[in-house]
Amino acid sequence: MRATSGWDIRLDALAVGYGDHVVLHDVNALLPAGEISMIIGGSGCGKSTLLRHVLGLQRPMAGTLSVGGRDLFTLAGRDFRKVRRRMGVLFQDGALLGSLTLGDNVALPLREHTGLPKATIRQIVLHKLALVGLADYADYYPNQLSGGMRKRAGLARAIVMDPPILLCDEPTSGLDPVNAARMDHLLLDMQANFPGMTIVVVSHDLRSLDAIANYVLMLHDGTAAFAGPVDALRASDDPYVRSFLDRRVDEDQRTEVSLAPEVQQALDAWLER
Amino acid sequence: MSTGPGILAPVTALGAATLRLLGEMGALFLFLADGLRLIFASPKQIPKILNQVFVIGSKSLFVILLIGVFTGMVLGLQGYYTLVKFGSEGLLGAAVALSLIRELGPVLTAIMVTGRAGSSMAAEIGVMRITDQIDALDVMDINPMAYLVSPRIAASLISFPLLTAVFDVVGILGGYVTGVTLLGINEGVYFYRIQTSVEMADITGGFMKSLLFAVIVATVSCYQGYFTHMRRDGVGPEGVSNSTTSAVVLSCVFVLVADYALTSFLL
Ligand SMILES: Nc1ncnc2c1ncn2[C@@H]1O[C@H](COP(=O)(O)OP(=O)(O)OP(=O)(O)O)[C@@H](O)[C@H]1O
Ligand SMILES: [Mg+2]
Repeated sequence: MRATSGWDIRLDALAVGYGDHVVLHDVNALLPAGEISMIIGGSGCGKSTLLRHVLGLQRPMAGTLSVGGRDLFTLAGRDFRKVRRRMGVLFQDGALLGSLTLGDNVALPLREHTGLPKATIRQIVLHKLALVGLADYADYYPNQLSGGMRKRAGLARAIVMDPPILLCDEPTSGLDPVNAARMDHLLLDMQANFPGMTIVVVSHDLRSLDAIANYVLMLHDGTAAFAGPVDALRASDDPYVRSFLDRRVDEDQRTEVSLAPEVQQALDAWLER
Repeated sequence: MSTGPGILAPVTALGAATLRLLGEMGALFLFLADGLRLIFASPKQIPKILNQVFVIGSKSLFVILLIGVFTGMVLGLQGYYTLVKFGSEGLLGAAVALSLIRELGPVLTAIMVTGRAGSSMAAEIGVMRITDQIDALDVMDINPMAYLVSPRIAASLISFPLLTAVFDVVGILGGYVTGVTLLGINEGVYFYRIQTSVEMADITGGFMKSLLFAVIVATVSCYQGYFTHMRRDGVGPEGVSNSTTSAVVLSCVFVLVADYALTSFLL
């Protein structure tokens, strides 16, 4: 087993975006090692974008991002890859390779990075698939599975190299309540099976927040609205935090949009025919 | 300095387009260099390359056989009616074989493989790009260039000459069918003329062409798919479809331009 220390993720005055479109600015947070942290926030607030930066797929516009105490974007190529090999990722849609079976998808990192014999790889793969309840589906192609199964398979691939950091983009969205709860349990199992694993879950699922989160980074309005332990979040009296947790829309956030009367009339005239 | 509208506007636009084109060509060459280098990255590339050879071959072989036979038959027919005017229809075998080996074999093979395998390289890699599969490879520390592009370039370098050879052979047999079977040229003369007129230089020339076309088709097709997300003329599935179209059109254009350049160099 790996030593329980080290793989925290620290964001310092981080600004991220595309081109010159700033999505998030001035984000400060520490996602502690060995805990389950949750990045929450409304749809389109930049959660996936932030995750792409933690993965080193995009460079930040400003600020620093350190993983395990090392500034990700000042590392030389080889060291950067060393850090990134420590991360397992579940993408929002699974991102399994469509031309490979589930078994081959999960086996891919082992085949590419180790010299293990075929039979051993097969056993590891079946074990990881069993962890996510897909042991019978090793020979299926991603297209032959449901969305929830693809997500679980993505999780199996993410953990196949026993990474100390596991990042999941919306593992429960699009799943029915039973499967969503199963996914939460899977993540808790991960932490139990791999002590010291830093797990970061992007979500807007409040039930998952209750079920698994220790730490929370809440994004709102282009920056961090809250960062800290989940108990402090519940005790917070910040209006946005409250409206998010109580699933309430404040008067000033409700959108008033109506069609111009003559346009509505024109549409009605057509619909009546 | 301002580059506002005015008398210089067309010049500015032309300059910008030229710079863009040069930039694009530079990027394409760097892409090719990276792809070639990574062929030798690890022995684990070998099974991937063989798999791609199989994919390219199984996609293209039938159409190569078909086009090859008909091209040879047409060459036989046209050649016969031209040569017979000069009373030298005995040279038909040489005419068919030389046109196939030096020119039509490599070029038509490249164009057929572009349509069958090049287009699917662009589409496959493009879909992988828009569904995060390439990012997923990157994050697993599997170099997507080495995993996706290099095996396709290497496999093209192996398959193009083989498919070209197949094309040449069935083409010569096609010419035989029209020339000997239908139009009654002496069978021995047909093959004797091939044997005496085709030199090793013709065969190596055709071989070099097929290698060059392999590099062009694989690089252009993979490049279009790989950078689907950077396109300005469409995003998502539309981007993939545009990438596939560009892959086919650009490959064919580059093949024909390179064919002219290399032919004038070889002659
Ligand atoms: N490739 C891109 N180019 C430009 N802007 C983008 C791109 N991808 C996302 N954005 C913008 O970045 C912002 C954040 O998008 P992001 O996908 O990170 O949201 P999200 O929080 O993950 O949303 P969801 O919960 O729906 O997944 C959005 O305003 C979006 O328009
Ligand atoms: Mg997202």
